Amino acid sequence: MIDSLIIAQAAQGSDKLVNTLISGVSLGAIYAILALGFVLIFKATQVVNFAHGAIAAFGAYMVVYFATVLNFPGRFLEFLPYTAQWTLSALLAVAVTALLGIVIERLAIRPMIGKALFAVAIITLGLDLIIRTVTNDLMGNRSRGLGDPWGADVLQFGEIRVAEAQIVTVVVTVVLVLLLAWFFRTKTGTAMRATAFDQEAAMAQGINVGTIFALAWAIGAALAAVGGIFSSVFPRGAAGVTPFTAFIAFRAFPAVVIGGLDSIVGAIVGGLLVGLVEVFVASYAGGVSWLGTGFAGVVPWLLMMAVLLVKPYGIFGTEEVRRV
Amino acid sequence: MRGRPLLYTSYPNEMRLFPTTTKRVALVLLLIILFLLPLKLLPLVGFLGDSDWLILIDRALIFAIGALGLNLLTGVAGQVSLGHAFFMAVGAYTAAVVGGEPGSTLWGLEMPMWVWLPAAGLVAALIGILVAPTAVRVRGLYLAFVTLGLVFIGQYLWRNLGKIAGGPGTGREWPPLELAVWRGQEPLISFADDGPWFGVDMVRQGKAYYLLLFLVIVFALLAKNMMRTKVGRSWASIRDRDIAAEIMGVAEAKGKTQAFAISSFYAGVAGALLASFFGRLIPETWDLLLSVEFIAIILIGGAGTITGALMGTAFVVLLPRLVEDFTLWLAELAQGDSIGSSLANLIVATDAQDFGLISTTAAGPGLSIFQLNIVLFGVLIVVFLIFEPLGLYGIWIRIRNYWKAWPFSY
Repeated sequence: MIDSLIIAQAAQGSDKLVNTLISGVSLGAIYAILALGFVLIFKATQVVNFAHGAIAAFGAYMVVYFATVLNFPGRFLEFLPYTAQWTLSALLAVAVTALLGIVIERLAIRPMIGKALFAVAIITLGLDLIIRTVTNDLMGNRSRGLGDPWGADVLQFGEIRVAEAQIVTVVVTVVLVLLLAWFFRTKTGTAMRATAFDQEAAMAQGINVGTIFALAWAIGAALAAVGGIFSSVFPRGAAGVTPFTAFIAFRAFPAVVIGGLDSIVGAIVGGLLVGLVEVFVASYAGGVSWLGTGFAGVVPWLLMMAVLLVKPYGIFGTEEVRRV
Repeated sequence: MRGRPLLYTSYPNEMRLFPTTTKRVALVLLLIILFLLPLKLLPLVGFLGDSDWLILIDRALIFAIGALGLNLLTGVAGQVSLGHAFFMAVGAYTAAVVGGEPGSTLWGLEMPMWVWLPAAGLVAALIGILVAPTAVRVRGLYLAFVTLGLVFIGQYLWRNLGKIAGGPGTGREWPPLELAVWRGQEPLISFADDGPWFGVDMVRQGKAYYLLLFLVIVFALLAKNMMRTKVGRSWASIRDRDIAAEIMGVAEAKGKTQAFAISSFYAGVAGALLASFFGRLIPETWDLLLSVEFIAIILIGGAGTITGALMGTAFVVLLPRLVEDFTLWLAELAQGDSIGSSLANLIVATDAQDFGLISTTAAGPGLSIFQLNIVLFGVLIVVFLIFEPLGLYGIWIRIRNYWKAWPFSY
């Protein structure tokens, strides 16, 4: 799937190193967005969201639905350029996915406040099965193009070729990271940080912890949707959203763990690291026959285990305080 | 002490495997029922002896062994593992290499079952010990990710190790369930052929049923014994409060490694039996869904209890069949023209144009029966964890206590 496309792209340009680097950074940006949403939910609500991949795939499918099936809101705004129409559809899809996040939090997570973290994590595994299966059924168990305006367009800088989708991915990631950094400085963001630090103390300060939980899930799901969308338009020539899209977020899990489950910085660093390592292995070890197929896909997991042996809470993760 | 089942006059009495007369009588009755099941001698449920039901029941017995193992690790020792499918695969492929037929592209030693079945468990346990150092170092939710990684690494290995796992999409043949003295000899007992046994005509699923039932009983007693003696208690103390356990002299790392090794042994044996029973499995069988299925089993059944693990297995393995039968019954109902049939028509789609949440054909708009089952799994996991964290076992305890205290149950 994604591996072969990355290899094909990296091998095309004569400047292999730079092209691999670009592919790695843009794939890393996708992982970073997915990891960011995951870490945000974990930090604010202490929930490990195994359904993150399914939510991402749902978000990507919503774009398919709004942009190509319904052509909404583009059908009422035909005077706008296609890019703007598509962006509006994509924003709508992200909003719907954020709504899904709120619904999940309300129905399945809120009743579990105060219960064992493990139990909540397993609940999200159950949610993953439900959302993934229903989404796959909606998309008809086949790949669906997103109808994105960039398609296979490529910018050429001398020897270096960059897909427009890659540039957009990286730019959107940077913007989202800056937005998040700003958000954490606002009043609501401060309330969320306080909730993450100590829920009871936050309540005593008059913070509505329930609202913060819902907000965290909404933002987390929205970030998942953005990650899902860009993993479906990227790399160029990708077939769009498929029943396997949900597993791309599973590949972001090593990124989260390497960075540390509760570290925003760790999510970005881990995402970029995993993206780069995966693309470099795919492009430079792709010809090593005894490694077989799909080795690039497991490298993140191996890297994760190696990191955990040295640092059991990830690179930037907070060590758990253990009390008797 | 007749009539006072909760009064124990000595510690050994309390620690007995089956402390009350009621339990002993119930156990004997259950064993008689289980023994008669494939002979179609039971009233009302004699159809369970049909071979299509026996396949399901055999599958449930195999899953029960795996669930007992995961129950020890997750339920008793409190270590969350999503890697059960990986250890089952290790066991299955060990069995294939030790017991399978060699081919031009396949390894195989053609050993008899009494070699490959224990070997499957032992190799899986060894791999479990190899993984344990990482698992012992990380705690709680990080462990879930390590074991999740095992599933993906395993899938990569099985896809690429053609000599062990066979080609992608085709898999390989597993040795049949036959007990022979040594390689190349006629099997003493075959659990994989139709034919009479002591003068009674039996299908092969019925024969395998007795072998599997025996193994489940052995493994369940073993697990029960481990739980009530030193090793199981050290696991429970690690689960409940690990630092306190360490202070009391329980070696945490050793306990966790033991739990991993023993749970992997169970998983390995279950994997080998599963593969051998079905004869041919593709590498994609050992995926995350299988692991989640086992998690679902112990959570729905009730984590940390043997009875719960067994009830959970029966529930989770037999549920798809019930759902399928129910859906087909609805589809049949939808053909008629009563009030019920129009309601059924809303739920079931019988062809591509029909509206319905569930479709009996591949082209239909709704969920297929297979998809419906996966969604139901998810719903059951969520519902049980929110409303009944103790699972079926908890429900059973509540019903039992109600009648125990009757007529003063409030």
